[in-house]
Amino acid sequence: MLLAPACVLFGVFVIYPIASTLLLSLHDWNGVGARTFVGLRNYRELFDDPVFYTALANNLRWLVCYLVAPLGGLALAIFLNQALPGMRVARSLFFMPFVLSQVVVGLVFAWFFNGRFGAFDRLLATLGLPAIAPLDSERWALYAMVVAGLWPQTAYCMILYLTGLATLPAAIIDAARVDGAKGFALFRQVVFAQLRPVQFIVAMVCAVAALRSFDYVVIMTLGGPYNSSTVLAYYMYEQTFLGLRYGYGAAIASVLLALMSGIIVMLMWRLMRDERP
Amino acid sequence: MAASRVFLTALIGAVVPWVHAGTLVINANTADPAPRAAWQSAIERFQVEHPDVKVELNLYDHESYKKSIRNWLTSAPPDVVFWFAGQRMRQFVTPGLLEDVSDLFTPDVIGGLDRSSLALVSVDGRQYGVPYQYYQVGFYYRRDVLAAAGFAQAPRTWPELLRACERLKANGVEPFAIGTRDLWPAAAWFDYLDLRENGLEFHMDLMQGRVAYTDARVRRVFERWGELVERGCFTRNHASSSWQESQALLYDGTAGMMLIGNYIVANFPRDVRDRMAFAPFPALRPDMRRFEDAPMNTLHVPARARNKADARRFLAYVLRADVQQDLNRAMLQIPVNTRAGIAPDRFLAAGRELLSGADGLAQFFDRDTSEDLANIAMKGFQEFMLRPERLDAILETIERARLRIYGAGTISVR
Repeated sequence: MLLAPACVLFGVFVIYPIASTLLLSLHDWNGVGARTFVGLRNYRELFDDPVFYTALANNLRWLVCYLVAPLGGLALAIFLNQALPGMRVARSLFFMPFVLSQVVVGLVFAWFFNGRFGAFDRLLATLGLPAIAPLDSERWALYAMVVAGLWPQTAYCMILYLTGLATLPAAIIDAARVDGAKGFALFRQVVFAQLRPVQFIVAMVCAVAALRSFDYVVIMTLGGPYNSSTVLAYYMYEQTFLGLRYGYGAAIASVLLALMSGIIVMLMWRLMRDERP
Repeated sequence: MAASRVFLTALIGAVVPWVHAGTLVINANTADPAPRAAWQSAIERFQVEHPDVKVELNLYDHESYKKSIRNWLTSAPPDVVFWFAGQRMRQFVTPGLLEDVSDLFTPDVIGGLDRSSLALVSVDGRQYGVPYQYYQVGFYYRRDVLAAAGFAQAPRTWPELLRACERLKANGVEPFAIGTRDLWPAAAWFDYLDLRENGLEFHMDLMQGRVAYTDARVRRVFERWGELVERGCFTRNHASSSWQESQALLYDGTAGMMLIGNYIVANFPRDVRDRMAFAPFPALRPDMRRFEDAPMNTLHVPARARNKADARRFLAYVLRADVQQDLNRAMLQIPVNTRAGIAPDRFLAAGRELLSGADGLAQFFDRDTSEDLANIAMKGFQEFMLRPERLDAILETIERARLRIYGAGTISVR
C-alpha cells in the first residue's frame, strides 16, 4: 500500500513513456495523419543505415574517451584531499566547470576550437603543428566535443571521489602504515580498495553521460560536418523532429535504451558480485 | 513555451452586445519584434473594422511553432495559422487538415496578386491559404570589393562568375561567404544551379520525388557546383559556421559575395550598408527562362477550426492591398499583392522587380521537398562542398532516401 504512490508515478512517468515509445517504433508516422503499423521495418532499416552505425560508433568512442574522467577526477581528488591552507578554495575552483551550464561549456569550447579565430589552432601553430580546425573536420569534430564534455565530467568525478575519500576511516590507513604499507601499494591496496562503492557510481555516471550526450552535439556541431559527429541521441532527435519520422526516431530511442540498460545491468552485476563475501 | 506566448486580447472599441461576439484565435510564428508589432497593429485595425470579433493572438518562436503545428492541426486547432506556401502547405492539404478558401480568390483579388503566387497556394485548382509576403534570394555583394577586382557590377553569366571568383582570390578575398553548419545555405546554391540549368518544371519534379538524384541532369548541377568548389570559391570553415557567422566575413571585407535571402539586409552594419548591393543569380544558359527562389509566407484556416466565418473575414482582410502594404512596410518585406506599395528601400525595389518579372517561383529546397529528404540531401550538399570526390556515393545516399520516401515511378535520363 505504501508503495502505491511511487508505483503510480513510476508507471506514469517511466513505464508508460517507454512502452509508448516501443509501440511507436513499430509504426510509420509523420506527426500528422494516420499511423501505419509496419512491424519491425524501422529496425530492419536502422540496422541497414550507415548513419546509425556512425552514431553508434561515436557513442562508443565517447564512452571510451570518458574513461579519462574518472582517472583525472581521482588524481585531482587525491591532490585536493590534503590538509593544506587554501584547499577549500582550490576545491571550489576545480569544481567550477561542473556548475557551469553545458550550453556555456559547449559555446566556450566551440569558440576555442573555431577554425577562424579559435585559440586551439593558434596553440598548434605555436607548437609548430598544422592547423586542423577540429569542428570542420570529419575526423576531429567528435573529439572536440568529447574534450568539452570531459572538462565538467572530470570535475564531477573529482567531487565524487572527494566525498569517498572523506568517508575513508583514517584508522584503516594508519593501521596499514603500521603494517608497513607505503606509497603506491598503500594507495592501490588500501585506499583504492575502499573506494569501490564510489568507483561504481563514477563508472555509472560516466557511462550514462557518454551515451546520452546530446547538448554538446546541438551546440557545437549539429552532428556535422554531414553526419560525422552525430550520436544516437542526436540522430534520434534529428529523425523525429527534422525528418518528421516519429516511428524511426522511436526505434533509435529503443536501441539507445537497450544499450544503456545493458551497460547499467553489467555494472550492477559486477558490483553485486563484488559485494558478495 | 508559455513564456513565448503573448495573449493579445485587448479589445478595440466597445463590443456591441447584440452582435454575435466571436473569438478568433490566431497562432503565429512571428515573435520577432518587427513582425510582431506589424501584426499587432494589423489586428487592431481589423478589430476596429469588425468590432464584433475578439482576436486572441498567440505568438511562438519559429522552431517550437514548426513542431507544434502538427499537434494543433490534428487535435484542437486555432482558427487561423501562419504557415508557408508550396509543398509545406500541400502536406497538410493532402490529409485534409486545411480548409478550402477558394471563395476568397475573386477575379479582382487574383488580378492583384503576383502571377506566380496563386499556384503556390493551390492544390488541384482550389486555394487553401492566403499569401501575404515573400522575399528574394540572390547575391548580396560588396560593391567596393568587386570593384577592386575589376568588376563594376556582379557577374551575370557563368564565365563571368568563374572569372570573378579567380580575380577575387587573386586579391586575397574569399569569393563567396557561406555557412553550412545549419545545412540550408548550401541548398540555395543547389536550387539556383538547378533552376538555371534545368528549369522550374524539372526542379519541381525533382523536389516532388519524380526524378532520380542519379539523373544526368542532376549531375550537371553538381558539375557546375564542382567548378566552384575546386577553385576554392567558398569561404573555408563553412561547415562549422552558421549563416549569421559567415555574413560577418562579408562585412569585414574577407569575402566578396553571399547567396542568401533578403532578410540579411536588416543585419547590414551602418558603415557597410552603402557599399552593399543586390544582384540576381547569373544565367547559366541563354535559352533558359528566369525562375527564382521566393519563400512565401501564408495564412490558413485549419479544417477543424471552430470560428471559420471570422477566420475567412480575417484572411480576406489580409489579402487587401492596403493591409499588405502596411504589414510589409513595417516588416521590410515584399507584399504578394502587387497593388500594395513597398517601403522605400533599394533592396526591396530590386526584389519586387526580380520576383514580379520572374517566369516562375520556387519556395526553397527545404520547403519544396519533404523534410525527411531535405535533411538527408542537404547533408549531402555539405559533404560535396568538402569532399567533391565523393559525389557518386552522396548521390546514391540521396537516391536511396528518395526511393524510400517517394517510391519508384521515375522519369530518368542517364
